[in-house]
Amino acid sequence: MIAIVDYGAGNLNSVKKAFDFLGADVVVTDRREIVENADKIVLPGVGHFSSLQTLSRTGLWDALLQAAFAGKPFLGICLGMQWLFEGSAECNDITGAGIFTGRCRQFPAAMKSPHVGWNSLAIQPGSRLLRGVAQESFVYYTHSFYAPVVEATAATSEYGLPFAGAVERGNIFGVQFHPEKSGDVGLAILKNFCEV
Amino acid sequence: MLTKRIIACLDMDGGRVVKGVRFKNLRDAGDPAECAAAHARSGADEIVLLDITATSGNRHTLLEAVRGTARSLFVPFTVGGGIRQLDDAAAVFDAGADKIAINSAAVRDPALIGKIAGRFGSQAVVVAIDARKKEDGCFEVFVAGGRVPTGRDAIQWAREAAASGAGEILLTSMDRDGTQSGFDCGLVRAVAEAVSIPVIASGGAGSARDFIEVFHEGRADAALAASIFHFGIENIAELKHELRDAGVPVRWPC
Repeated sequence: MIAIVDYGAGNLNSVKKAFDFLGADVVVTDRREIVENADKIVLPGVGHFSSLQTLSRTGLWDALLQAAFAGKPFLGICLGMQWLFEGSAECNDITGAGIFTGRCRQFPAAMKSPHVGWNSLAIQPGSRLLRGVAQESFVYYTHSFYAPVVEATAATSEYGLPFAGAVERGNIFGVQFHPEKSGDVGLAILKNFCEV
Repeated sequence: MLTKRIIACLDMDGGRVVKGVRFKNLRDAGDPAECAAAHARSGADEIVLLDITATSGNRHTLLEAVRGTARSLFVPFTVGGGIRQLDDAAAVFDAGADKIAINSAAVRDPALIGKIAGRFGSQAVVVAIDARKKEDGCFEVFVAGGRVPTGRDAIQWAREAAASGAGEILLTSMDRDGTQSGFDCGLVRAVAEAVSIPVIASGGAGSARDFIEVFHEGRADAALAASIFHFGIENIAELKHELRDAGVPVRWPC
C-alpha cells in the first residue's frame, strides 16, 4: 500500500487519481500509524515552506524519516521534495529533513515567478525513477523556490539557471515538477515509483 | 527550456460544451470529458472548463462535469464560472480541478483571492479578467460574463490581483472574443509587463500567425482558444509545429 501524506498543503486529489489510474493500492492519510504501515510513501504538497511545520506538530515528521531510513521507497513531490533538503529561503524559521544537502532558493528577480508551465528535463544516467523517460521530456512545474543541483540530482531543468528537477538516492526520490499533471511522461515516472 | 503553453478552453452550458461569438449565438460542441481528452491527446498543454451560465441551480451539473473530465485527464485542469466563495472553490477542487478561475467574485471581493490561495496555494488561483477597449485607448474590466462594466482599469486590476495572491491572470479581450481576428497584443503586453505572474492571452485566436504574434509581441506566457480547436479549424499538433518553426518554444512531442 502507498500512503499519500495529507498535511493540509493543498489539494491531493490529482496525485491520488494518477495512482488510481495506474491501478496502485493507494490511500490519502494524515495518520501516523497508516504511514508507519505503508510499503511506500508519497509526500506531495504545494504552498509555503512553513506548512511543513504541520509534519512536526502531528508526529508525521518522525514517521516519515523513519520510513525513509528504513529503506521504504519515498517520493517527495514539489514542496515534498523541498522538505528533503536542509531548508528554504522561503521560511528560515524551520529546517527541512536534510536528507539532501543544500537549501532551496528563490529564482532570480529577472525571471517571472512562479515558474509555471512545461519545461524539459536533462536526465542523468542510471536514475531508477526516470527509467525509460526520454532525454528532454517535458514535465509540468509550478513553484517559486527551487532546490540546488547537488550530487543526488537525477534531472535538471533550466529557468534562468539550472535547478534540480528530480533527486534520487537509494530508496529516496524527489521531483520538483508534478508527475500527476505531466501527461504520459508523468504517469511513466509514477509507474516507475510503483515498481521500485 | 520553459515552453509557451497552448490551452484549450471548453465553454460549458448545462453540461455541454458550447461556443459563441462575442459571448452570444451559442453552438453545441460536445461532451466536456470527451472534448478535454481529445484536446489533451492532440497536444493541449492545459484544459480550462468555464461554466458560462453558472447559475446556482446548475452547480451539481458543473461538479459532475468536472468529476467526469478530471478522471482521466493528466494535464493541468482549470475550472471557472460561478465561484463566489471559498466553499464553491473547495467543491470544485474536490471534484478534481487543479486550479480555479475567478472573475466577478474577485472584483467584488479581492480578499477572496487570498482566501483561496491561503488554503489551496497561489498556483491554484487564476484570476480571469474580461476587458474591453474604451475610446481613450484604456481597457475597462467587465464582469458577469461581460455584461456589466465596472469602470475599473484592467491593468490596475491585474496588478492588484497579483498582489492579492493570484497565481496567473487569464486575460480575455472582449473585443476579439470569438472573432478569430487575432489576439489583442497591445492589451496582453501591457498586462504581461505590469505583473510578474504568468499571463494567459485569450480572445481572438484564428490562426497560427495569431499565436506567434501573441507570444512574440504580446509577451504572453500561454494562449487560450476555444472555438478554433472545437471545430477542427486548427489542429493543436499542427499549430505547435508552426510555432516551433517560428522559434516559439513548445512542448512537443506530447
